[in-house]
Amino acid sequence: MRVGVVVFPGSNCDADCYRAIESFGADVKYIWYQDRSLDGYDLVVLPGGFSYGDYLRAGAIARFAPIMDGVVEFAEAGGLVLGICNGFQILLECGLLPGAMLPNVVPRFRCDGVRLRVENAHTPFTCLCHPGQVLSMPIAHAWGNYYADEATLVELERRGQVVFRYVNEEGVPTPEANPNGSCHSIAGITTRRGNVLGMMPHLERACEALLGGTDGRWVFASAFEFLSGGVELGRLHLAGDGPRH
Amino acid sequence: MGDCIWREMGLATEEYERILDILGREPNLVELGMFAVMWSEHCSYKNSRAVLGLLPTTGSRVIQGPGENAGVVDIGAGLAVVFKIESHNHPSAVEPYQGAATGVGGIIRDIFTMGARPIALLDALRFGPVSDARSRHLFAQVVAGIAGYGNSIGIPTVGGEVATHESFRESPLVNVMCVGVAPASAIKKAAARGLGNPVMVVGARTGRDGMHGATFASSELSPEAMAKRSAVQVGDPFMEKLLLEACLELYELGDDVVIGIQDMGAAGLTCSSCEMASRGGVGMEIDVAKVPRREKGMTPYEVMLSESQERMLVAVKAGSEPEVERVFRKWGLEATVVGHVTDDGILRIRDGDAVVAEVPAKALADMAPCYTRDASEPEYFRREQARDLADVPEPDDYACALMKLLASPRIASKEWVYSQYDHQVGTNTVVLPGRGTSVVRVPGTNKGLALTCDANSLYCYLDPWAGAAHAVAEAARNVAAAGAEPLGITDCLNFGNPEKPEVFWQFKRAVEGMAEAARALEIPVTGGNVSFYNESSKDGSSTVAVYPTPVVGMVGLIEDLSRVMTPGFKREGDIVAVLGRTRDEIGASEYLAEVHGIEGGPVPVVDLAAERAAIQLTLALIRGGLLSSCHDLSEGGLAVALSEACILGGIGSGIGARVRLPGTMRADRYLFSESGGRMLVSFHPSAASGVQAMAGRHGVPVTVLGEVGGMRLVIDGAGGTGGRARRVVDVPVSELSRVYRGAIAWALES
Repeated sequence: MRVGVVVFPGSNCDADCYRAIESFGADVKYIWYQDRSLDGYDLVVLPGGFSYGDYLRAGAIARFAPIMDGVVEFAEAGGLVLGICNGFQILLECGLLPGAMLPNVVPRFRCDGVRLRVENAHTPFTCLCHPGQVLSMPIAHAWGNYYADEATLVELERRGQVVFRYVNEEGVPTPEANPNGSCHSIAGITTRRGNVLGMMPHLERACEALLGGTDGRWVFASAFEFLSGGVELGRLHLAGDGPRH
Repeated sequence: MGDCIWREMGLATEEYERILDILGREPNLVELGMFAVMWSEHCSYKNSRAVLGLLPTTGSRVIQGPGENAGVVDIGAGLAVVFKIESHNHPSAVEPYQGAATGVGGIIRDIFTMGARPIALLDALRFGPVSDARSRHLFAQVVAGIAGYGNSIGIPTVGGEVATHESFRESPLVNVMCVGVAPASAIKKAAARGLGNPVMVVGARTGRDGMHGATFASSELSPEAMAKRSAVQVGDPFMEKLLLEACLELYELGDDVVIGIQDMGAAGLTCSSCEMASRGGVGMEIDVAKVPRREKGMTPYEVMLSESQERMLVAVKAGSEPEVERVFRKWGLEATVVGHVTDDGILRIRDGDAVVAEVPAKALADMAPCYTRDASEPEYFRREQARDLADVPEPDDYACALMKLLASPRIASKEWVYSQYDHQVGTNTVVLPGRGTSVVRVPGTNKGLALTCDANSLYCYLDPWAGAAHAVAEAARNVAAAGAEPLGITDCLNFGNPEKPEVFWQFKRAVEGMAEAARALEIPVTGGNVSFYNESSKDGSSTVAVYPTPVVGMVGLIEDLSRVMTPGFKREGDIVAVLGRTRDEIGASEYLAEVHGIEGGPVPVVDLAAERAAIQLTLALIRGGLLSSCHDLSEGGLAVALSEACILGGIGSGIGARVRLPGTMRADRYLFSESGGRMLVSFHPSAASGVQAMAGRHGVPVTVLGEVGGMRLVIDGAGGTGGRARRVVDVPVSELSRVYRGAIAWALES
């Protein structure tokens, strides 16, 4: 299994992602932002951080980095791409995923633990989870307020592209449990094919019991299981139009 | 030379005369500017050096004590921890966001200059009362500035402390501590050597920002000083992230490529060049015309005094310049040869062909005058020592008193603050802020570092000697409560104007107290920072000095992270006990201030032998696996420690406890006394005999109070002889938690 972690200038979760992925025994490499080719990789991770300082809009400059041509090509060819936090913002900016990020509704950086409900367990990144499973992991962002217009949201929901939603202890999405004001409490979405996942929570920080939790391993483990051909995802992504969970 | 120029630059007439003696001529303007910044208090420690000599700075683990960019301590397995604290008080008073942000940037550079990767930040903050709108503004903006820089560069801010008091209304304190880890063999020094070796400026370009920042930081804050906004620098964490990665990559080119490296902080190019030359016993020639600028038309004077951020001065091995340039180019940065090492001890500044300054490097770096200022005991000192608190009445409602304490900014949860900091980036944070003493893993090992910074400004005002000694002891207890052996101290000494005898007395007594405690507990001081002139006047009225605040930053080592300890109660049925002796002493306590409105009285007795015994016992109990929880007792005493152990207990939702106070001491005295040398612990009943035996061997009294259980904190007063116990507190933990967690957000946002 070959995994690449893209390093933009200003990425700061690159090493964290590297170590988390390495703990699965995967062959992981850093990919410098000036490279262009992603040949031979099975999974590409866009890590968190402040690419180019994010002085403009988070991810707005990183989308123009040379490697992003490669990422778009790789994704369009069906390769697995995982964008975490700043990586999610970059995926939105480059148009691989729909919608945009706004500043948190309480306009401050927020680092905290959140709960996510698995809304669609038929994606390459959630195939080992059961629908409705609640995962705990941290967030750390100032721009995580997911926004899309109503038509896009309806479409995302209808096609099962909403993979994770912020929920409370009871697994219910409430305004209090929504840490940033995201539309529909959205924490993570995929492309229609399901091969590109963007999510705000830092799953790489939830891969070790010593650091407070291992729920992030569900996502990585799912991706590796999918890549090794161990899961039949069923009709959802192949049909591009599946049931909601 | 014009009569007032040196005075405008902050030099005294006798200092100017000393410069004339050293040079044997009048300095030109560039030279004078260089002397002014290097001989400022901020760079030269001219008012503090003599007293700082009292601090113990050596120990078997110390690799580098004071004098370099940061202290270095051996943590075994070939690794070293590099740490330092620094103040950015003056800039933060004027421009809180950028002042705090560049404070973070500066201290991070100090750590990676030494060859270490920074892995954690902490900050100690002081503001005026939260009832004051401007203080709230400063509070919020300082926190935002720390967050803005630390989060972006990707170094977790894992802990710190915040307190508020009237004396900080115009002069907030912003102290930032950074901790890094490096192979012990790869520590870099800031000394230039080797005739002809090139000297390079790397990182950001030089602009006109931050001119005379060091001088600005060495005077009181007046309306005129507040107008010196150009003395405040602007931070660029993205640039520093690139600089950090580039420098760490540079070190990997080989041990011999980097001869010496120093960051350009206060006094910019002047300070870095003369200090590197002076440390190496060499001279240096710099051509300012070669320094990359971001502004046109800068004079040599401006280039030498600019405090533009995110720059380093590096002396490299001759011939390695192309390799160095390649590394920096990879990270999109410039690396420019601006001069070379000479052997004549002179710092020679050229502007192309013209020599614009020529001064012995040592004269700038090491020959500033050293003052021992007059010290006189302030009149309040003895009065407060003798203050009789016997008449302080018992509270009618203990629960209400406890709630007041839990809501006080010093004690309340700092969640509003630390939730704005990325405290987990780097995936090494084992104990998160708010859950106990912060613990970070030493990357790639099973060792941990417990990190804390502590000072009680009120204690230090009432009795600077005892206050500073308590700060050392409290920091050591904090570290030990996590199961860590204290390794070293970095201190940030925040005081008023040292030219005032009462302020200098506070300073001298505080350093003496810190020295005595550090010696008794065998914890060396490996470096730090002095910040004087934290005084301000409003509209020309007389100036107000801050309460003296010697912040103790401490690093402790946990050899085995599977034994890390936290303060929250864990299990129903565990026994709750206090280690150490509780005295009837409520002087200077948070209880006295918050509940009775008295900020005064004698500070709790300093008993360093008892502190030492309590710390050693705690470490032995934790290493022996006997404890379920451990919490040091400090502000708010036993009542607050019990509340926190309940709030942080269970599996996230809290857990209750039922305790009964022993002996005959009045309940408020026992509950709120801030006697030192104590820990609140809990342990399984089967461990009780082991705990007792070990405590006996260490000569530390153990007082069993009750047990963990339920969802309420229930405290019964002492029964007296045969009398019935009186219930003084019976509150749901959820209620304690609501007040404790919500108080700061409520105070700042409502």
